[in-house]
Amino acid sequence: MLIKQLSVFLENKSGRLTELADILGEAGINMSAMSIADTSEFGIIRIIVSEPDKAFEILKDNHFSVNLTDVICVSIANKAGTLAGALRALSAKNISVEYMYAFSAGTKALVIIRTEDIKNTLEVLKESSVKLIKAREIYQL
Amino acid sequence: MIWNEKFETMSRGEMRDWQGRKLGEMVERIYHNVPFYRRKMQDRDILPGDIRSVDDLKHLPFTTKDDLRDNYPYGLFAAPMSEVVRVHASSGTTGKPTVVGYTRRDISIWSEVVARMLCSAGVNRNDYIQVAYGYGLFTGGLGIHYGSEKVGATVIPISGGNTRRQIQLMEDFGSSVLACTPSYALYLAELIEDLKIDRDKLKLRVGVFGAEPWTDNMRGIVEERLNIKAIDIYGLSEIIGPGVSSECEYQDGLHVNEDHFIPEIIDPDNLEVLAAGEQGELVFTTISKEGFPLLRYRTRDLSRLNYEQCRCGRNLVRMEKCLARSDDMLVIRGVNVFPSQVESVLLEMGEIEPHYQLIVERENNLDILEVQVEVEGQFFSDEVKKLESLRNKIKNNLESTIGLSVRVKLVEPRTIERTEGKSKRVIDKRLS
Repeated sequence: MLIKQLSVFLENKSGRLTELADILGEAGINMSAMSIADTSEFGIIRIIVSEPDKAFEILKDNHFSVNLTDVICVSIANKAGTLAGALRALSAKNISVEYMYAFSAGTKALVIIRTEDIKNTLEVLKESSVKLIKAREIYQL
Repeated sequence: MIWNEKFETMSRGEMRDWQGRKLGEMVERIYHNVPFYRRKMQDRDILPGDIRSVDDLKHLPFTTKDDLRDNYPYGLFAAPMSEVVRVHASSGTTGKPTVVGYTRRDISIWSEVVARMLCSAGVNRNDYIQVAYGYGLFTGGLGIHYGSEKVGATVIPISGGNTRRQIQLMEDFGSSVLACTPSYALYLAELIEDLKIDRDKLKLRVGVFGAEPWTDNMRGIVEERLNIKAIDIYGLSEIIGPGVSSECEYQDGLHVNEDHFIPEIIDPDNLEVLAAGEQGELVFTTISKEGFPLLRYRTRDLSRLNYEQCRCGRNLVRMEKCLARSDDMLVIRGVNVFPSQVESVLLEMGEIEPHYQLIVERENNLDILEVQVEVEGQFFSDEVKKLESLRNKIKNNLESTIGLSVRVKLVEPRTIERTEGKSKRVIDKRLS
């Protein structure tokens, strides 16, 4: 249930993102989800890919500053108010969200969440009514 | 104007005799009072009585900054602490600073040599001297201060920073002499221009600038923009502070106060003493200081010596302006910075040696130091706030060790060039 997300540190230099996408593309690795956290000096790119371990090795060989971070993906109905419901399950147990990115498609919405104690969060969510997505499923999206 | 005719115009023969005598006395004293030097001399089978003239200097061991570090803080002091009335400190090669000490008599010697320097620059009791060198552990501020009081000038102990106020008081107090780093002088010049201050309202006539290397080119710019005479002064806290040497009105080399500090030039690689006129590393032996006397201290500054009599009438040997060093030390806004200091801070923060680089630039006449650290291994975090907190932590640790504000930039792996041999730790982009 813990999903391996790729995190890459990039300086704000033009072309780096394209290079990253190129390298993954050439290795036949598909990206399912992505978000970029930016500051004035650098950005952290977070990506869910089809083969996280392989992608990690390839990026490391190409001298990228890369890490694998555990995240969770929940699936909620694509309706107003459902996100609040899912987040309540976390705040009730005093779990704070470090970051999050989400996308809706059709009747469902997928939300990728990172918290400080991700393993504990997993247990909490398992006991709640929130639906968790398996790693396998999201890699293949 | 010559402050001390007897010593500043002493014949070469008499000077040699004087130096030989004082050297013998100094060696006798340190042999008995400083275990470090006694050991070194014993290793070479030298007894104090063997040192009778300046020619015997070459038999004596050298002293390096690392020796000072290894004997931190008071290990090399030759007087009991009850007689040491002042300590000063400057940058060390790692986290700990270099500590120096002065007895009452040493303070008097210091005032004397700085007085010579100021007098030579034309400063007298009718002058108002704005001392904009930092006051504190740094020897610049207090060094110039005491020398100025000795000469009888009115001292304005303004220290560094707060530039607008500096200019305001320069106008209100009628400063006629400015003492600060050359780059700060330029910085002041620019602000004076920006504020459109009427140059006639300022009484500035001469400046004594040092604590960092500066070219004749830079001197020309300072003189033109501030409309003053800019005198080069040289010193280092290990020897005494400011007052080791300075230019006379002919500005053709800096006269060394060699009745107190005997200079030598050596080849930095094989440590052989070089002849007059040859360029090499400057070495000083302090023959009059009591608290912290040093034998053949390697300054790492590159220079050459000229023993010919100067047109000013002084016979004191002249050293060429120092523009380069034989090590990797930097001078940034008048503060000494060693790349190894940065390394020791970074190493303390992680288990592996991170790749880092120092980039020095001059923006608006102020030196800026940027430390670039590659984000890898234990430094990498997935969260922005953790990376920012890491960057701030590196910045704070560096600033408290170096004593200077720095910029820290996190960069990608491999940004910093890898080399076969010694890594190129420093890129100095300042145009001299």
